[in-house]
Amino acid sequence: MEKKSHVNKLIIHTILIIGAVGMLLPFMWMLSTSLKSFTEATQIPPTIIPKKFVWKNYSDVVKLLPFGKFYMNTFLMIGFRVIGSVFFSAMAGYAFAKIKFPGKNILFALVLLQLMVPGQIFIIPQYALVAKLGWLNTVKALVVPGIVSAFGTFLLRQFFMTLPEELEEAAIIDGCNRWQVFWKIMIPLTKSGMVALGIFTALFAWKDLMWPLIVNMSVDKMTLSAGLASLQGQYSTNYHQLMAGSIIAIWPMVLIFFIFQKQFIEGIATTGSKG
Amino acid sequence: MKASTPKYETNITMTKHNGFLNRKYQDYAWAYLMIAPTIIGLLILNIWPIFETVKLSLHGNGNFGAIGEFIGFENYKTLLGDKDLWSAAINTFKYAVISVPLSIFISLFIAVLLNSNIKGKSIYRTIYFLPIISAPAAIAMVWRWLYNGDYGLINYLLSLVGIKGPQWTSDPKTALWCVIIIGIYTTLGYNMVLLLAGLQDIPSSLYEAADIDGAGSVGKFFAVTLPLISPTMFFVVITSIIAGLQVFDYIFMIWDTKKIGIQYTQSIVLLFYKNSFILNNKSYGSAIAIFLLVIILLITFVQLRLQKKWVHYQ
Repeated sequence: MEKKSHVNKLIIHTILIIGAVGMLLPFMWMLSTSLKSFTEATQIPPTIIPKKFVWKNYSDVVKLLPFGKFYMNTFLMIGFRVIGSVFFSAMAGYAFAKIKFPGKNILFALVLLQLMVPGQIFIIPQYALVAKLGWLNTVKALVVPGIVSAFGTFLLRQFFMTLPEELEEAAIIDGCNRWQVFWKIMIPLTKSGMVALGIFTALFAWKDLMWPLIVNMSVDKMTLSAGLASLQGQYSTNYHQLMAGSIIAIWPMVLIFFIFQKQFIEGIATTGSKG
Repeated sequence: MKASTPKYETNITMTKHNGFLNRKYQDYAWAYLMIAPTIIGLLILNIWPIFETVKLSLHGNGNFGAIGEFIGFENYKTLLGDKDLWSAAINTFKYAVISVPLSIFISLFIAVLLNSNIKGKSIYRTIYFLPIISAPAAIAMVWRWLYNGDYGLINYLLSLVGIKGPQWTSDPKTALWCVIIIGIYTTLGYNMVLLLAGLQDIPSSLYEAADIDGAGSVGKFFAVTLPLISPTMFFVVITSIIAGLQVFDYIFMIWDTKKIGIQYTQSIVLLFYKNSFILNNKSYGSAIAIFLLVIILLITFVQLRLQKKWVHYQ
């Protein structure tokens, strides 16, 4: 019996390790190519570890395109979207979960409607709006579509609904108004939900490609994803530089993920099971 | 004195009543204030655009982004006869129908393995999740490099065993598969995390009961795991299919206008993007967006009907 479970574990580990190597291989290859010269990158047979580490690829890529600005734009886009959607969704989620008011069902139906419609339906009018406001090629344009969140409202409403009524009733009898109840009692109790929503929002803002691509054409207002697309558009066969650009673009998020992996994974699991 | 007592009492009930009413109206005011940013935002950014897109799709394309004259269902007629759109629709369908079940099957398999009593779970989980946190543009670029027909790693490895690999991304036979593989690679970790969370919610008492009944591990999987994971599976299937039908990033990044491969991997959303923002025919683009909406609603509706057959809610 003991021996059988050892064998089982060995099989499980073997399968998982093979899978893990497969998952990591593209990243390894990205890193390896990013440190090769053009000749070495296109040589057959390919080398796994570069013969000579060409760190210059990185400085070259940074000269080709303003990666510093890409970082800044991406950071601002994610930051404002996370703050906006978490704060506004918490407020709306609480009101929908805990307060009775006329028109609640119709207004909540609007939230659900947004969730059911694919995003492409919104893009052209959103683009027209941003253009009319004169916001094309600004950070504002990047932030706008994600400043409120129907998904977040829905998710946090689920969280507030699990909290018992007695908590609020006690506070209301003590003379707190709704805002105070929300701010002092409810918010601290739904922190995990808000962290989950924040991570989810950040991840989706970070992965968004089409919107940044259409609203910000000028190079110094691009996000990292759009910047990479533009790098590939211009230097489509310089794989050593493309890979260096990719590494530059992804390492901060990878680092953040390694530090907060528990929150990341729990956050994603939560948004999946409650949303 | 005698007369004032009842008066005093009514006063109390009056204030109580007023207080209650006040409370109620105060609650209304707070509620509206608290939902205001979200509702106003949704109205401007999402609800109004739905009507705008419908309206735009019924009009011709004006100059400089202006709306053209009303043409009724002309755009939809063009759309139904548009070969590009149908091939894109078929590609999108194939992509969703192949990549979604494969991704879910593999992620369930890995999730079940990770749910067993082994060491190093969190390391595996982190590695499998890595593609999710990387920018799709970067992921697509490295795969494009791996797929490269002349210098790519995949063709080199194949040449070691004597196979001459094709030009993966431009060969009509393999172009779509290139995107499908990237699709599986990038959704695997996400589905795995959701399914693993679902597996961890299954009470161990059920497995113990199955043990007593003498079920083996395969038997337990079909008798306990699968039925109990089915609600999570349902959620994963629905969201994956909807996301799959909207595939864009990877195709966009692999797409090379100079090569022929594109017509074999063009997706509905790519066509939407191309018409709306490259060819600048936003009214036709709107019609494509509505077409996609109809398809997604239809498929979601079918899924909701089918769920009764295989999803077990406790």
